[in-house]
Amino acid sequence: MSFSDSALRNIPGTPLFDADQARKGYGLNQFCMSLVNPVNRERFLADPGAYLAGWPMNEAQRQAVLARDLNRCIAEGGNIFFLVKWGATLGCSVQQMVASMTGMTESEYRQMMLRGGRSIEGNRHPGEDGDAQPHHQPQGSAAGVGF
Amino acid sequence: MAHISASVYTSHVPAIGAAIDQGRTQEPYWHALFEGYEFSRRWMARHTPDVVVLVYNDHATAFGLDLIPTFAIGCAASFAPADEGWGARPVPRVIGHPALASHIAHRVIQDDFDLTLVNRMDVDHGLTVPLSLMCGQPAAWPCCVIPIAVNVIQYPVPSGLRCWRLGQAIRQAVLSFGENLDVQVWGTGGMSHQLQGARAGLINSAWDNAFLDRLIAEPEALARLPHADYVREAGSEAIELVMWLMARAAMGDAVPRVAHRFYHVPASNTAVGHLILEGT
Repeated sequence: MSFSDSALRNIPGTPLFDADQARKGYGLNQFCMSLVNPVNRERFLADPGAYLAGWPMNEAQRQAVLARDLNRCIAEGGNIFFLVKWGATLGCSVQQMVASMTGMTESEYRQMMLRGGRSIEGNRHPGEDGDAQPHHQPQGSAAGVGF
Repeated sequence: MAHISASVYTSHVPAIGAAIDQGRTQEPYWHALFEGYEFSRRWMARHTPDVVVLVYNDHATAFGLDLIPTFAIGCAASFAPADEGWGARPVPRVIGHPALASHIAHRVIQDDFDLTLVNRMDVDHGLTVPLSLMCGQPAAWPCCVIPIAVNVIQYPVPSGLRCWRLGQAIRQAVLSFGENLDVQVWGTGGMSHQLQGARAGLINSAWDNAFLDRLIAEPEALARLPHADYVREAGSEAIELVMWLMARAAMGDAVPRVAHRFYHVPASNTAVGHLILEGT
């Protein structure tokens, strides 16, 4: 049971990291956070499967990590501030990781940001017609879901 | 007695820190952003305080999921710049002020607020990027820093009103400190941005600039804005802006002088907002 107010929950394209998600994603997030230690970064890069096996994660989380599918990682309880430590270990920028959640290529996303970012219009409430609404996904020409 | 002379508000985007560290601030992408902080560097050199009480959020660096303090005050003599996965930023160690930090903790807790006392932690980009923006790349930071870390990572996040009232309590605590210190209070994070989900990349300049207007002129009313408004209008990560209310409250009731105001889009995924308010 989570105590976050419901107005926070129904915002299109906007996951909420509450106590339920934190419980679900504990092992996944702690795996990510372990990578701030350079020794752990080396161990992970040398054998990702073996390193992951040492963390309490379910199969869906392991598959999401192996696929580098951030939307799936977040659905499984991951939080971006933890996930970016894993991305940093792989040499990937925050922008590259964030772009991958939109279906845009990194270049398409960067251009959107240079034009002033994503507009709020049509993206406040379910049922509107903005580019973050479910019926407009994916938003660009990214080849797959991984970053 | 100590006094609060000014407050500074700024985004703390990690990519800004990387641009500074890599010597890329004059590249076309970055030039206009850093131009907006040139006044600030000169101002900081002319108005260097003894201590900055720096309100920021840790980004799963010092605090993971094992321990989540809502408000944490750093009472240590110094703090190391954190390794966030890329190696630690090549910036000086942050020197604290244990005497003032302990005094603030003592007064604020006895004023019925709950603070977590931290005697050892690394400080991430949330704290060091504002220092870099305001101070450049010195061999040592020009003042002491008292970190105040606020949980904005996992809900529940403290309300704007709670941050406002804690800022008021911090002001009273600083004003009651016996040594004649010049203190600034900084609020960092924001402005509009979202790093997760299909709505990633959200920027809302109109909302951001209205926030800046209200922060200056009617901050206590602004402090009552519900979290859902921040998240819906300005992105999930814009919730960081509640921390600006703590710094604003520490300025007290007198109308401040706006020494500087700057806004720029984009810095990576984020709208950069920046204010310097001087006490009158």
